[in-house]
Amino acid sequence: MLALIPLLPFAGFLVNAFFGKRLPKSVSGGLATLVMVASFAIAAMQVLALMGMAPENRQINQTLFTWITAGDFTLDLALRLDALSAVMILVITGIGSLIHLYSTSYMHEETDSEFARYFSYLNLFCFFMLMLVLGANVLVMFVGWEGVGLCSYLLIGYYYEKKSASDAAKKAFIVNRVGDFAFILGALLMVVTFNSLDFVTVALAVKEMPVEVTFGTLSLITLLLFIGATGKSAQIPLYTWLPDAMEGPTPVSALIHAATMVTAGVYMIGRNALLFEHAPITMQIVAIVGAATALFAGTIGLVQNDIKRVLAYSTVSQLGYMFLAMGMGAFGAGIFHLYTHAFFKACLFLGSGAVIHALHGEQDIRKMGGLKKHIPITYWTFLIASVAIAGVPLLSGFFSKDEILFETFLHGHQFLWGIGVLTSLLTATYMFRLVHLTFHGEERFNTAAAPGAHAAHGAAGTHGQIPDGEESAAAAAHHAQHTVHSAHPVHDGHGHGKPHDAPWPMATALIVLAIGSIAAGWINIPHALGGHANLTAWLEPAFNATNCGQPVTTGALAGIAIEDCLPGEGGEAADHTSLELTLMAVSSLVAFAGIGLATFLWLKNKQIPERMAQQYSGIHTLLMNKYYVDEVYDATIVQPIKVVSTEGLWRGFDVKIVDGAVNGAGYLVSGVSIVLRLLQNGSVKTYAASMFAGVVAVLAYYLWR
Amino acid sequence: MPIGHYLVLSGLLFAIGTAGVFLRKNLITLLLSIEIMLNAVNLAFVAFGRQLGTNDGQIITFFVMTVAAAEAAVGLALVIALFRHRESLNPEAFTSLKW
Repeated sequence: MLALIPLLPFAGFLVNAFFGKRLPKSVSGGLATLVMVASFAIAAMQVLALMGMAPENRQINQTLFTWITAGDFTLDLALRLDALSAVMILVITGIGSLIHLYSTSYMHEETDSEFARYFSYLNLFCFFMLMLVLGANVLVMFVGWEGVGLCSYLLIGYYYEKKSASDAAKKAFIVNRVGDFAFILGALLMVVTFNSLDFVTVALAVKEMPVEVTFGTLSLITLLLFIGATGKSAQIPLYTWLPDAMEGPTPVSALIHAATMVTAGVYMIGRNALLFEHAPITMQIVAIVGAATALFAGTIGLVQNDIKRVLAYSTVSQLGYMFLAMGMGAFGAGIFHLYTHAFFKACLFLGSGAVIHALHGEQDIRKMGGLKKHIPITYWTFLIASVAIAGVPLLSGFFSKDEILFETFLHGHQFLWGIGVLTSLLTATYMFRLVHLTFHGEERFNTAAAPGAHAAHGAAGTHGQIPDGEESAAAAAHHAQHTVHSAHPVHDGHGHGKPHDAPWPMATALIVLAIGSIAAGWINIPHALGGHANLTAWLEPAFNATNCGQPVTTGALAGIAIEDCLPGEGGEAADHTSLELTLMAVSSLVAFAGIGLATFLWLKNKQIPERMAQQYSGIHTLLMNKYYVDEVYDATIVQPIKVVSTEGLWRGFDVKIVDGAVNGAGYLVSGVSIVLRLLQNGSVKTYAASMFAGVVAVLAYYLWR
Repeated sequence: MPIGHYLVLSGLLFAIGTAGVFLRKNLITLLLSIEIMLNAVNLAFVAFGRQLGTNDGQIITFFVMTVAAAEAAVGLALVIALFRHRESLNPEAFTSLKW
């Protein structure tokens, strides 16, 4: 039964991959969506069954077959549903279904075969993602881990005829390889250390071990796994692929690069919670990297002009939050944020997709504005999600973000808490900058090219580079040939081609996700606000190998306090109610301050940001160019590798040494032959003479020796 | 009769054959010279066999004669083929099989 959850999307993939060309769009898209909905239904049933069990043995196992047997090491292809993977499969299949539904409308201008290709990739992605979260051991997880990487590559490069898209796909794949290599090393070290890859076996073995105060094997394993997570989950230093990944179709950005795949690293840490808890050094690194990424990406997000790129940096930043929580040992808070983030970020991405759809491929927020009255459904859902991510009280983002900040403060990391609050301010600011520039203010978009360009929006919909005026004018001129409307294509006002709001499949997905953005947090209302922290309590056994009774020794490393049991329990939270309430008030104020700041700067006094950009042009250029990280990587890693490869390995080693050895052997033989072949002169008598001389020589040797 | 006489005669015949191989310019004569060399060796074999009181020398002589017959057959066939090809029996005319 458990296996059906991933296998249904896989079946959808097979059908669309092999017969998609011949299927009409309604069938291929409908089938892909249907398998996801069915998968969601089964997942929900399984989770309900799980809820019926006693908390300490909430586990559903299914072993499909024995995969590897080598000596005393065996490995099964096994699936396991527990409290943690339950949250994940509901997010994946639930939000996945909505995004499939949305895609049937968003991608409707593709040809039949391209449409089916898109949905087959999307189904395949869901299959691998479900394998990742349901895998009962590291290797099954790794299969999913690599599989989602593949699908991410395929979908980023979906418009593969566009150079920027195929480049971005390659970049994502290669950057992920770096992390995956570390992940493999970590898994191998796990085999060597524990002789098992099963999460529960490892967790139980770790439980008996002391916390590693100095850097040792456990720290190394966790550090390697975390490097893998930085690749998949776009953390410093391997985050650079995610903003470029926006070249893919927008629903893909929503599903893969916001809601599911990029959270795999967070999930992986949660899955190995006990292991990480025993390696405080790694935990500290995780927390610092997470906080640094959150702030770093937030500052970049503040100045970007591409609607999807702002959201991409926002995703990187929010993932940083999750890692901060994980590094604090607040696994429940991290997963909670993962879960709420999936709703509002998917909603934001889908909303941005609806905006791009309405504007026929325009992604530059400087060319938007005033869309509120044209596309109300998109506007309201986008606004709700923005409010949620900004951390306005009682929406989902508020609860999860606050829990992370509270845990950070509670563990005595005031500095990291400060970074978190600052990032929270940035989040609210850049999100409302986006809202204001896109939906409020004067209309800056150009509807002239609209009627003709409509047909092209699918392909143009993911321009990573902001198309300049010339390009759109050229496009408009091009379409003028086909369209009576575009007699004088540029600057002819709003007479026709008005932005149209999302059609029903897109609107449905947006509305459901917006409701989720509001309400998703309510399942984990903290005790301080009179709630029961249900999600944290639900997740707890999963992080402790089903048993919370046995205390984990407190981490002795300075500043790292690892709690006996996972946080959020009744007794402990009660002790800190006033602190928690204070912190909540602070972050609520920060959220409103951010929104107010954004409104002041980008709605009321638009000249101020421009003047600031000029006044601090150094900082502005630095941020616009994303701290030149790509350039630095290019100069320090890519170019040296290229130089070493071309000059050293190719022109040096291959041409001179490898080819030299092969050609040298040839030259040697032919050189010697030039001399030796003179002996073969064709004269029988010479041959006879040499034979005779040879016989005489041999005889002489034996006679006179 | 001492064995030395036989061996001297054998050596002389062998030297005559060798000289023929190197000095004559006719392929058929060359083959004849080789026959003389083979028979010189045969004579030595028989002489040694008699000296040692065994039949080995005579037996191996039969082998040599058999091989010589085969060699003569193949050799003459080749000579005829070569002659048809070049209208010459001079071994110096057949030097195209070289580098």
